[in-house]
Amino acid sequence: MSERVLMKGNEALAEAAIQAGCRNFFGYPITPQTELAAYMAKRMPKIGGTYLQAESEIAAINMVQGAAAAGVRAMTSSSSPGISLKTEGISYMCGSDLPALIINVQRGGPGLGGIQPSQSDYWQATRAPGHGDLHILVFVPSSVQEMVDLVGKAYDLADKYRMPAMILADGLLGQMMEPVVIGNNAVTDLPKKEWAACGHKNERKHNIVNSLYLKAADLERLVKERFERYKIIQENETICENYFTDDAEYIVAAYGATARIAKAAVKEARGQGIKAGLIRPITVWPFPEKDFKKAAETVKAFLCVEMSMGQMIDDVKLAIECKKPVRFFGHTGGIIPTPAEVFDEIVKLSGGAR
Amino acid sequence: MAVVFQKPESLTDAPMHYCPGCTHGIIHRLVAECIDELGIEGKTIGVAPVGCAVMAYDYFACDVIQAPHGRAPAIATGVKRSLPDSVVFTYQGDGDLAAIGTAETVHSATRGENITVIFVNNAIYGMTGGQMAPTSLPNQITQTTPYGRDVNTAGYPIRVCEMLSTLDGTAFAERVSVDCVKNVIKAKKAIKKAFQTQISGIGFSIVEVVSSCPTNWGLAPNDALIWLRENMLPYYPLGVYKDKTVEVAAEASVKEASEQ
Repeated sequence: MSERVLMKGNEALAEAAIQAGCRNFFGYPITPQTELAAYMAKRMPKIGGTYLQAESEIAAINMVQGAAAAGVRAMTSSSSPGISLKTEGISYMCGSDLPALIINVQRGGPGLGGIQPSQSDYWQATRAPGHGDLHILVFVPSSVQEMVDLVGKAYDLADKYRMPAMILADGLLGQMMEPVVIGNNAVTDLPKKEWAACGHKNERKHNIVNSLYLKAADLERLVKERFERYKIIQENETICENYFTDDAEYIVAAYGATARIAKAAVKEARGQGIKAGLIRPITVWPFPEKDFKKAAETVKAFLCVEMSMGQMIDDVKLAIECKKPVRFFGHTGGIIPTPAEVFDEIVKLSGGAR
Repeated sequence: MAVVFQKPESLTDAPMHYCPGCTHGIIHRLVAECIDELGIEGKTIGVAPVGCAVMAYDYFACDVIQAPHGRAPAIATGVKRSLPDSVVFTYQGDGDLAAIGTAETVHSATRGENITVIFVNNAIYGMTGGQMAPTSLPNQITQTTPYGRDVNTAGYPIRVCEMLSTLDGTAFAERVSVDCVKNVIKAKKAIKKAFQTQISGIGFSIVEVVSSCPTNWGLAPNDALIWLRENMLPYYPLGVYKDKTVEVAAEASVKEASEQ
């Protein structure tokens, strides 16, 4: 399946996971990720895989945890309210060092919120995807092709570092159709998992997959070891796009679907003689701090654009240690910012109309 | 010298943490003996609960996963679907299985998930110090029902085997006890049959073991067993509640006869 085809974001995510070796999907219906599960239900039985519609999001993430503990590539997908329910399982997987892929096709919140696109789960994904001292890998693609490419990457890094990975998409990316190539990097050889609870076959001591440590010193040591691993990830696995940043005086920070809108506005601003640029994080944990820090040395101000009340802006400010002003523009509740609105904000930031 | 009694291979040498007089030790042993006799330790994956048996991962010599509270059947489902040739069992208490994990229990049963559930019902939350469990008896005094369980406000106990036996996916459900030698022998038979049901691929199997909790009941071990017999067994009658293996065997013999 390596020809160029027109596909819906949700379906492309599903096919990419299959190409990455995932044969175990556990989900629960929720808008706007429905097509992903439907695609899995159609495909998995044909290729000897499992599609299982669980009784709840909680059960689904725990099925993923069981499959991950058994050593296979597993996956669940949901949207914001469903992800809140999955946080229990995500925390246990972090505590048990289990790799898995979780898709969040975000919609507006809080509560039942709405079903239109949103980026208001940024804090949840990057700050507290579960209780305890923990992080998960968080990828924020901005096109259908990038979603596809990041699925394989997410699985590889999750396996490498033994932790859950999340594709933090949104309703816009999930529902849009774009030409896409899938299967160029289809996985045939999956990494061996010596730690997996898959039956010891009387060949080794029993494996235990566990997150309980009743001795405080043991728990502290393990969490600290995990944070040493997190440091390595922050050093090596950050992905970010810099667009017209070399000589930029004003930098827009945006990710996911919003970055596409911001890019159009930056282009327009350049056309009008404003030295604007865009930093587009592709991972938000780890956050591309260095790119922002470097930009902060030369730019006059930043503009953070999000489909939320302003969540990533915290990371931008932390990255640049508040050395330059950071303004915010966004919509929430399912309203998508327009390029014209973002352009106006860039103009305002640069000192008004010229 | 002839060996007349020894520790099952499927138990490790780790000293158990259970209270004096607790029946978990007996039940662990029965599970391990069955695993030994069926020769399945190498392909068995256990799922430990949250509750008194949380550290079962240290005691069983097979691979073990420790599950979030109540989610053991979901974890077991994930394992079994990934590794269909493995033997997967959960070991859960009443709070884990019949309160916080009710949905996971009922739905894994109704899916006919090919797993085995060992359900230890002692009518109380042991690990957290003696709170009311979903299976605490009417008028039973616990830390959180200090005046006795009032069914008007705290509701009625859940009879798990009866409930699950109504589901088409449940292949085998039996309630046993380990309060005396005779019942221990019956309990072992039931556990072995549950594993065999799974190995034959017939569906969901559960063995409910009516057990005691001397510590949180505030009784000496032997008095606790007497209390169990006098109070729990009338509410939770022992016996087989569902056995599809009989139907499956009958169907097979009919099929065989018609083919001859």
